[in-house]
Amino acid sequence: MTTPVIELRDVSRRYDGGPPALHGASLTVRPGEAVAVLGPSGSGKSTLLNLIAGLDRPDGGTVTVDGVRVDRLGEAAAARYRRARIGMVFQFFNLLDDLTVADNVALPAQLAGTSRAQARRRSAELLAALGVDRHAESYPGRLSGGERQRVAVARALVNRPALLLADEPTGALDSASGEEVSALLAGLNAEGQTLVVVTHDLELAKSCTNRTIRIVDGHVTEEDAR
Amino acid sequence: MSALGRVVRAGLGRRRVQAVVIGLAAMMAVTASVLGGSLLVASSAPFDTSFEEQRGAHVIARYSADAGPPEAAAPPEVTASAGPFPTATATPDAGAGVDRAPLVIAGRADPGGPVDAVAVTAGRWVAGPGEVVLATDGPGGERLLGREVRFAELDTALTVVGVARSVGRTAEAWVLPAVLAEPEGYQVLYRLAAADTAERVDAATAAIGAAGGGFTGARSWLVVRHEAVRETAVFVPFLAAFGVLGLVMSVLVVGNAVAGAVASGTRRIGVLKALGSTPAQVVWAYLAQALVPASAGTALGVGAGYLLAVPVLADAGEVFGTTARPVDPLVGVVVVAGALGVVAVTGLAAAWRAGRLRTADALAVGRTPRPGRGRRAGRLFARLPLPRPVGLGLARPFARPARALALVAAVVFGTAAVTFAVGLGATLAEVQSARQPDAADVAIGGGGPGGLAAPPTAAPQPGGQPPPVRRVDAGAVAAAVDAQPGTAGHYGVSRAKTSVPGVPGTVVGLGFSGDTSSSSYRLISGTWFHGPGEAVVPAPLLSATGTRVGDTITVEDRGRPVALRIVGEVFDTRNDGLQVLTDAASFPGLPPTSYHVTVRPGTDLDAYLAGLNAALGPLGSEARPGRSSGFSDMLFLIGGLTAILTLMLVVVAGLGVLNAVVLDTRERVRELGVHKALGMTPRQTMTAVVCSIVPPGVVGGAVGVPVGVALHGVIVPAMGDSAGTRLPAAAYAVFSPAALALFVVGGLLIAVLGALLPAGWAARTRTANALRAE
Repeated sequence: MTTPVIELRDVSRRYDGGPPALHGASLTVRPGEAVAVLGPSGSGKSTLLNLIAGLDRPDGGTVTVDGVRVDRLGEAAAARYRRARIGMVFQFFNLLDDLTVADNVALPAQLAGTSRAQARRRSAELLAALGVDRHAESYPGRLSGGERQRVAVARALVNRPALLLADEPTGALDSASGEEVSALLAGLNAEGQTLVVVTHDLELAKSCTNRTIRIVDGHVTEEDAR
Repeated sequence: MSALGRVVRAGLGRRRVQAVVIGLAAMMAVTASVLGGSLLVASSAPFDTSFEEQRGAHVIARYSADAGPPEAAAPPEVTASAGPFPTATATPDAGAGVDRAPLVIAGRADPGGPVDAVAVTAGRWVAGPGEVVLATDGPGGERLLGREVRFAELDTALTVVGVARSVGRTAEAWVLPAVLAEPEGYQVLYRLAAADTAERVDAATAAIGAAGGGFTGARSWLVVRHEAVRETAVFVPFLAAFGVLGLVMSVLVVGNAVAGAVASGTRRIGVLKALGSTPAQVVWAYLAQALVPASAGTALGVGAGYLLAVPVLADAGEVFGTTARPVDPLVGVVVVAGALGVVAVTGLAAAWRAGRLRTADALAVGRTPRPGRGRRAGRLFARLPLPRPVGLGLARPFARPARALALVAAVVFGTAAVTFAVGLGATLAEVQSARQPDAADVAIGGGGPGGLAAPPTAAPQPGGQPPPVRRVDAGAVAAAVDAQPGTAGHYGVSRAKTSVPGVPGTVVGLGFSGDTSSSSYRLISGTWFHGPGEAVVPAPLLSATGTRVGDTITVEDRGRPVALRIVGEVFDTRNDGLQVLTDAASFPGLPPTSYHVTVRPGTDLDAYLAGLNAALGPLGSEARPGRSSGFSDMLFLIGGLTAILTLMLVVVAGLGVLNAVVLDTRERVRELGVHKALGMTPRQTMTAVVCSIVPPGVVGGAVGVPVGVALHGVIVPAMGDSAGTRLPAAAYAVFSPAALALFVVGGLLIAVLGALLPAGWAARTRTANALRAE
């Protein structure tokens, strides 16, 4: 039995005295799995993703990712954890408009202390692999939505993370671009990349993941494996 | 609460930091303005105001003691009189460290009366024959309270029970009339119906003199006024410079804070308009959001300004030789109206612009990125071998040039203020040093009638005659100084009462012997004299004689004409600048009345003095420490005011930076969230934010330093002009290259300090919250 990449035990999170966003949630994800997290708006999907990424801390329970107790990390340690182990893809890309595509991709590596030359080499490799290398010196504003999301995926992979987290990665894309990104994620998983995808889109869940969990009102209520 | 009121309250709650910045900026600006304004009012006519309050004497008439106490004259010009008061001249001996110049003592049982109400500033008025009250501007002051001072000429020792101020300087000490049983003369103090011109005072004095009673002479209040006004005039350009700096910077910072607050709320304005608010309602809502914190800050600032002004005005009163003035309420009213006016105008302009925006455009602001700006800089910094957070920070100002300019402006003013203030402090130190040109480690003798002789401490001779002044062998004194181990050098000064054709009154001739290189005389132009027949003179004498450096003047010394070629202009404010400084051989037969000694480094001064006095004692002379401690009151006050006003300007500049960085970090909160999500640590976030103010900080410092130097170059000569003299070159050349470089760093420091708070806030912001921010 391989060691889980993600292990959540009885995790709770409540915001400002409101109803719990997550209540007693437990989840285990093994290396190489691709997990889709489904659920309606406000169900706790993004909270779950934030807790795994170390962007937020639970009120109770434990979050362990790649052997690291994420729920115990301070802000600085969480930042180091993210850049070493986590790649994130956002719904609205969150590319930095003032940086070129290549600099956007290189940024997490440089923040981790990689030299500029090495970071640029890795950036070029990834952009080429994802088919957007012709835009390396362009600014994100000139790219289509699908191209931007490919750049965002390249940026997420630059530090060779143990885990790739994607929050509604096709939510802001037209259907053709959405399919491209879906195929890209499936390809990455096929190469062994562990993947957690938060989405409303059942088609996306089916096409690029091999397991689905549902969250309703803060509870992990269902789990399907395909 | 109305809908508009709710919008205002919610807006204030949502932007607490900006509200605090507006409030603090307004508070600092108002505090500085109240303080500066109060000082300007107090400086405008301090002597005249105090003179009227204390019913100062327009004419101090002197009468001979031969005919007994005179009756006050009553010509029509006189409206009130006080006296006759017996007078005498006596030299105090209060021990080491106290000047022993003779004092004019008046016998008065009561400090009040119809003329010259003497204000007791410490202790009490004399109540018994063994007591004396000293004038505040005399020797010792409050230090001598309770001490016994011996007056050899009066054959008595008197206890100092009070310190008092006569605005017309009618005497330097007061005793009960009974103490002066055998006075040298009498004084009668007169107030006149009209005393605004010298002609009127002279006419009234002539009428007083014509009434007889042993009248021997009089002094006009205009003489005292001239001295007082000349001393205080130096403040005006100094305060005006700080006032203008403070005002411009306050307008800049408050205006920028208000405009920034409105501009950053543009999207919210769009939402309000989409919900049905009219442009006018939007304008009023945002104006109110600026005025509420500004009003609170203004109220606090007025209070703080008044509190701070009380001790400062008390100090100013000391310097002006007047009683402490209350804070003028009009200053507060004008400052409050001005501050709120600035806020209202700036806020109105910004809110009006936002109110007129089309709703769709307003809603789009803050969502649509502004592409293009600063990308070249971003590429450049990305390619430099710098840590990535540093490069990201350095490139930031180029993306928001208008905000960067506001930052630069705040730093320029802060740096200029610091540069100007430090330069002014150094200038004042130079001036202070030059005002005491004979200050040395050790002094022997002084300018009094006794010359090198130790002050008389012996009992008077039979018949009440003062002890005879001993003649001291100057050559023996010089030899004793030379022989004393530890002596590095010394020079002697002889003093002659001379006259110069065309110059009314006495011109003091100072003859120097020995090595004067250790003295603190500062030349304004020309060279120091090289031998007899050459002289250096202060500007007032050049002006009075209509001469220039290179001309020759004739000085009459004891009936003998002495031709002296002026080879230099020296800074010397003593005796109103009516002095001639020359080689001692120019005044032959005149022995030194003082010696000024420099000791070798590391010499124990107390042991040196003890050894030297053992040698001088048998010669009838005495050595004492040659430097009075620290700055004079006026220079000390200027230094204190400079520090306070500079600190305020620096704080206001820091608030300007704080406001700009707060606006920027708020605006970039989502971008910062992305950085953090990608692995930027809190320390790297802080580094990026702090580095974003480095370019404006460096540019602001580099511009602010020359501005401060230029301001110094304009204000210092103006201060000299106000004081009626030119200043020595050393007073201008106070900035070393190293100091200037430090000031540039100081500008950067102001910027960094102002940015630390928002940088810390950015570093602490939870990543998830930042990513959710709109």
